[in-house]
Order: sequence, then C-alpha cells, then structure tokens
Amino acid sequence: MSIDAQPGTTTVAVTATVNGRPENRRVPARTLLVHLLREELGLTAATVGCDTTSCGACTVLLDGRSVKSCTLLAAQADGADIRTAEGLADGDRLHPVQEAFGEHHALQCGFCTPGMVLAVVSLLQENPGPLTEHDVRHALKGNLCRCTGYHNIVRAVLALDGARRAG
Amino acid sequence: MIPASLHYHRARDLTEALELRQAYGDQLRPLAGGQSLLPALKLRRDRVDTLLDLGRVTELSYVAHRDDHLAVGALTRYHLLLGDPLVDRYAPLLAAAAAAVGDPQVRHLGTVGGALAQADPAADLPLALVALDAVVVLRSATGARQVPAAELAVAPGVTVCRPDELVTEVRVPLPGPARWRYLTFARPALEWSVVAVAVADSRVALAGMGPTIRRAYGVEAALAEGAGVTVAAARADEGCDPPDDVRASAAYRRHLSRVLVARALTDSGTTVEEPR
Repeated sequence: MSIDAQPGTTTVAVTATVNGRPENRRVPARTLLVHLLREELGLTAATVGCDTTSCGACTVLLDGRSVKSCTLLAAQADGADIRTAEGLADGDRLHPVQEAFGEHHALQCGFCTPGMVLAVVSLLQENPGPLTEHDVRHALKGNLCRCTGYHNIVRAVLALDGARRAG
Repeated sequence: MIPASLHYHRARDLTEALELRQAYGDQLRPLAGGQSLLPALKLRRDRVDTLLDLGRVTELSYVAHRDDHLAVGALTRYHLLLGDPLVDRYAPLLAAAAAAVGDPQVRHLGTVGGALAQADPAADLPLALVALDAVVVLRSATGARQVPAAELAVAPGVTVCRPDELVTEVRVPLPGPARWRYLTFARPALEWSVVAVAVADSRVALAGMGPTIRRAYGVEAALAEGAGVTVAAARADEGCDPPDDVRASAAYRRHLSRVLVARALTDSGTTVEEPR
C-alpha cells in the first residue's frame, strides 16, 4: 500500500471461520466481535452482560482460547477460527462440558452459561491438570454467575478433570 | 457501548507499522491486544482517529535468551509468559506478574508492550519490569533507543514513546534476582491492584502509589544500611504521592504499601536481622 494517503477505512471486511463455517461480512470498523456474532450472524449464545470486560457472558473461543467478545473488534478476529456455544455440540451429542454442566446442575438462569462453558473448554485445553478447587475458581474469575451458582459449576469442572485422568 | 466512529488499518508487518508511524504519528493509535484501549474507547474516555492494528505483527511475539538478558517481544500476550520455560528459568517474577493480570480471557489477548504503552500506574507487568531493572526498546523507522522501564511512563497514560516510535521489546538483565516476590492487593471485582509490590533482590517497586510505577528508594536505602524488614518497610511510602480515588484513599494506600512491602520482603527471604 502507499503511504501517500492516511491509511484506514471506516468499514472492514471480516473473513473468519465461525463454528466451522466460513463467514464473510463487511462491517463498520468500530463493530465489536460480539455484535458481529449476534446481529450479523444470528448467533446469540454469547450475551452482552456488563459490557465492560468483567462478566464473561460474551466469552467465545478465538483460535481455541477464551476471549471476551465485547472487548475485541470484529476486525481483529479477521482470519481467526471462532467458536461459540452454538458450535460445541456434535449434532445431537452435547460437548462433554455441556454434559457435565447438565449432570451437575451447573446452571440456573442460563445467562452466564454459554460463556462459562467456553471458559471451561479453554481451561481444560490449556491446563492438563490435575485441578484443585482453587485452580478452577481462579481460572473462572473472569466469568460471573448472577445466580451465584458457582458451587455446582466448580463441581462439574472437577468431575471433568477427574474423568479425563481416569479415562 | 461501542467506540465512536473510527478508521481502522491492519499493519502487515513491523516495517509497515513503523513507516506509518513516521508518516502519520499520533493520528494513528497502535492497537495491540486492546484490553485497556477498547474499554476506554467504549466508555468514550479515549478517542482515536485511526487504529493501527498490530495484531498481524507476529514477529514481535517471542521470548528469547540472549547473552546478558532475556528478551520479550512487545506483542507477546500475557498467557504466553505463563509456563514458558525461559521465563520460568530466568524471570519467574514476570510470570508471577502475568498471572495477576485480569483473568484468562484478558491474558489471552493483552500484551506486554500494550501494558507498557498504556502506562497505567497500577499495571502488573510494568511493575515487575521496573523491579527487574528492565530496559524497554523503542523503535522508529530510522532507529532504536533503550529506555529504563522505570523511566518509560511520565504520567498516567503518558510515556516518553514518540509519535513515530513503537515499543518493540523489553530486556530483562541476567542473571535475574535470586530473591523475588510479587504481591498485589486488589478488590476481586475490580481486578486492578489498589497497591502492588515487586521485590527483586535489593530492588523494591510499587504500583498504585503515585502517577507512575516507582521504586521504593526509602526501603532500598534502609535495607542497604542493614535495617530489618519492619524498619525498611515503614519507609515504603516515602516520596510517594498516592491518589485518593474510587479504589482507595491515599492514607489506606500508604498503609497497604507498608504492609505489602513487609510481607514481600519476608516472603522473598530477605534475611536481615530485626533490630528488636
């Protein structure tokens, strides 16, 4: 590109793989990833809770790692592999983390659940364990449950961690 | 909340980013991980004309052991410092500071250079770098210079980095400290430290105790004179100008600094006889 004209555009083409499908949208440059997902792609599992990088309800996986999609421009995710809670199950078969959340009653109102589940997927991929209760609580500090249902969430994660070492 | 309208350009590599900085300076705001900048833009506490996204400048993401220092690329994300064998071996204080940053999601995006450029007086990585007596490399299209980490920030959000420069690397001198400790006191819901302390051998640095991160020279002088931990820690807030703000009062910060410095010195194994 030439540097004769100041660079920068007010709209940006974003190409990304979302839940295994190639997607391509042109959006205003200031568009946050969560709004691209919810409003352009119709994927509403990632929710906007606090909108200030605190609650983690907007958590998605960016190239396999948890990020807060309210604090990332859609443009920054260009070229990335994005996974939302909609893309976790394999057809009718729930993802093991989703199964464990059901098994251990790790959700109440469900608002934080998609983000919480993805944060756990990221944690289990990153940390081979064994995990202590403290490890789990610390690793999930970026996800707030407004029902305060942490106890069963931690229980579900510890069960997953135990199962993967047993199996 | 979304940022005000802005222009966006993704730099292809470091060369292009530096050429653009040279040509357009402060009209282009570098965007690294965005974990401080994007919240500020959303809250309209900050405004930019054009974002210069450095996300593709992957050549600045590395940890390297060189002759007399450990080099960390400015665009190394925090999570990459956790469990890195070179960081574990040569600068575990850096890993301890990285572990204290925000939460896993923030650590997956935030970068070392971004934290330095943001110049928050309560930031974790910059505090560790000041205690480690690290050097920050500032590069422009025409050359590079080195600035001590302690002299990079001059006020909250303000650094000596010129409009044509980018923070490209930090260098931690080796051998690293034999004794070290990182301690932060934060309200969990707010994440940011009220006060934090990093100890690296005889160097003690404080965050949250003034407009910039600073060395606790009073403590260091007392230790050099052979004072005990209690006597030295009592001088933690000497020369500090802590803010009175929503996170804590100035008086409480002074108290915290003395308590945290005493704990950090003790935990780091600073073996100085108590006078009493």
